[in-house]
Amino acid sequence: MAKITKKIKTIKVDADKCNGCRTCEIVCSAHHSTPRYSTVNPAASRIHVITRRLRDIWLPVFAGEYTPAECNGRDKYVIDGKEYDECAFCRAACPSRDLFKDPDSGLPLKCDMCEGEDMPLCVEWCLNDVLIYEEREEEVDEEVLLDEMETGLEALMEKFGRDKVESTLNRMSRNG
Amino acid sequence: MRYAEAGYNLEIDLTRGNIERVETDPDLMARHLGGLGTSVKIHYDRVPPETQAFDPENLLVFSNGLLCGTPAFSANRTLVSFISPQTHLLAYPMMGGFWASELKYAGYDKVIVRGKSPKLIYIWIHNDKVEIRDASHLKGKGAIETQEMIRAELNEPNAQVLAIGLGGENRCFTASIEQSRSSSSRGGGGAVLGDKNLKAIAVRGTKPVHLARGAEFMEHLKEVRQYIDFRNENPIPEVMPILSGIGSPQMMKHVDEQWHTEAFAWGNARTRRKGFWTKEIEESWEKSQRSAIKRFISCYNCPQQCGALINIEGVPPYMIKCFSKLTYAMAAHVDDLDFSWRICHKAFEYGLDSFSTPQILAFGIELYEAGILTDEDFKGCPTDKEGRFFWLLDRVARREGIGDVLADGTYWAARRIGNGAEAFDHNTTKKHEQMNIKLGMLDPMYFLMYATNEKISITQIEGNWPQAPFPDKEKRKSFVKNWPQLPNDRFKEYFLQWEPRGEKSNPEFPTPDMCSEIVDWMEMLHNIDDALGICAGMGSFCLKPPYHIHNYHKLVSAATGMDVGQEDLKTIVKRSRNLHRAFNNIRGMCRADEKPPEDHWKHRFPELEENLLTTYYRFKGWTDEGVPTRKLLEELDLDYVADDLEQRGILKNGQDNQEN
Repeated sequence: MAKITKKIKTIKVDADKCNGCRTCEIVCSAHHSTPRYSTVNPAASRIHVITRRLRDIWLPVFAGEYTPAECNGRDKYVIDGKEYDECAFCRAACPSRDLFKDPDSGLPLKCDMCEGEDMPLCVEWCLNDVLIYEEREEEVDEEVLLDEMETGLEALMEKFGRDKVESTLNRMSRNG
Repeated sequence: MRYAEAGYNLEIDLTRGNIERVETDPDLMARHLGGLGTSVKIHYDRVPPETQAFDPENLLVFSNGLLCGTPAFSANRTLVSFISPQTHLLAYPMMGGFWASELKYAGYDKVIVRGKSPKLIYIWIHNDKVEIRDASHLKGKGAIETQEMIRAELNEPNAQVLAIGLGGENRCFTASIEQSRSSSSRGGGGAVLGDKNLKAIAVRGTKPVHLARGAEFMEHLKEVRQYIDFRNENPIPEVMPILSGIGSPQMMKHVDEQWHTEAFAWGNARTRRKGFWTKEIEESWEKSQRSAIKRFISCYNCPQQCGALINIEGVPPYMIKCFSKLTYAMAAHVDDLDFSWRICHKAFEYGLDSFSTPQILAFGIELYEAGILTDEDFKGCPTDKEGRFFWLLDRVARREGIGDVLADGTYWAARRIGNGAEAFDHNTTKKHEQMNIKLGMLDPMYFLMYATNEKISITQIEGNWPQAPFPDKEKRKSFVKNWPQLPNDRFKEYFLQWEPRGEKSNPEFPTPDMCSEIVDWMEMLHNIDDALGICAGMGSFCLKPPYHIHNYHKLVSAATGMDVGQEDLKTIVKRSRNLHRAFNNIRGMCRADEKPPEDHWKHRFPELEENLLTTYYRFKGWTDEGVPTRKLLEELDLDYVADDLEQRGILKNGQDNQEN
């Protein structure tokens, strides 16, 4: 497979600075609504602040790839005397939890770094420098990236089976 | 489609166990906005004047504000309204935290609770699914631990929970409602929950809040954000650090407490300790504060950090907010700040108001020292200052012995105790403990705020106007240069002329006319904040805030699509304000009640005070008894209120404010 130079965009999270305001969730969900900024719904955000206040845990996690299967591990992590829940660090939408799934459709959500903006909106709106946008260039294998609709369809096929999704689409198309 | 508001209220009758989801009239938003405005309308329409705090008919309304759940910074206030057991008037203490927006995301603007449950329950709201659940296992549990227990048993770590502690269960008149790092404290809302056998309300919402013109809203918000950045980087140079920033008022970050500890009274508001703030105290308090605070924290969608997670040895972790840091230590005359961190945890678990309660405990100690309370009343009480306060706090929360009397608050306790105890009730307005300031000279603006505002608690009505004149003329000039928040430029002249001494000083200057304008402006801003659910620390409470009268209407218009101008917004909150005033007038509040504590200022001016009151009433369009006139009410489309007031004989037919 051919190699290409790709701009890797990522968000560094300095959780110690997080004050738990969740503005990142708000602006993310507003930015990704259609039309843009027409609605706010933190449950549909692609970044989520895992909050266990009395345990001093405010951990922003942004959504990664969808995974159709639950993982085997249910690990616990103790860092600086704080015990983190089993899925705290996981960025995947998976069958075992609601995180990073659209609350209406159940379809997975993935951070797209607010493509088209100067930087991800969560980074821009965070006043406490918790989120730091980073770009670097890497040589990677060329691959065809799935866009949002394909990711959604893939998730639906995982859940309901290819035939069911196809027949539903056909039926809906016929109904206009 | 409803914009900014959810458009639905939850109506819960605890007597019958009935739950209804009720669509609201969209016209109510146009007439009263939301939050405080629409809550007052509900109370006015549905709570008759004979209803007392602990009657089943007393409605308990939990409300978010119009902008809660939108991207507007610091729009996170939960407003709880009810007839107060302390004042018998309509109270509306607010709290920040995370509950209000979660309720909006669950699809509701308000939870309206009526009746009484036969047993202790809590309410669980999860979008359209709403349950009344048994809370017998939570009886006697602390307000903080209850929140954690409910989240655990629902297996919903993202549920937001408000709860009462033992203080509320035992109907202590100063019981608070606790939630996250915030509490709804003033006026005894926790007691009303306790009376209804309602331990807590948990909510989780995953629905969208809609904006009419979202992109435009965000553009306005960007300007607000730019100003927040500017203010955070450029504190106001002319004032002391604690007043120089935005927030409410970032008590956790500041360690220099000279102003609070020396300007405010200690004990039951009797003693000022000038010279208290020595180098040794400063070092000791700074060390205590730095070691107690584990992390600075904010409320929902707020860039500031006014709260803190406290983690000290021997005390379970808890969150603290603003002035609670000082109230218990100052009331107990304890000079060690560690005492504060320890007693606050207990007080928050009990769910007791951090302003009223320390004063009540100090009042009890003063009565004991004066021989009015006896050894019998204090049997078993430790003799050290710290121990005495812990002991009394336990008695109050449990309503045991003398604690049962003190749990009714200073005003009512003084009357139950008698034997001269009334003289020690010297810091209440309308039967409610005030901010414990005992100053030398009458401050005319504060006189009006203390006396007349429906919020009653002065801590919540201070505003954008500096609390004292600047001695330095150059600093005054510099201060007014960049003051876009002012409603008009003549206010700058008032401020430039205002001197600490001489002809242009308190109490004669600002004149009653000027004071009326300034106080009315600050009150109006508070009413807007309270309707929108915005934290006063970003609007009406601090100097030169990001939200003000010149940008609020833009945000409201873009969020709701209503296209309101500045004057429209003023009219809407004026309508709600006068409705609230009339509601309290109907419950008996009149001019005779509108006086600050007698020794609040050492030097008082009875004639000037009367003049101030009359001038302000007339400015507001009220009669000389402090009742809105028919003319005003009709201008505000409140003809039905004028009819009510006339039928009840509170307003005479045809009476206006110039005829008195």
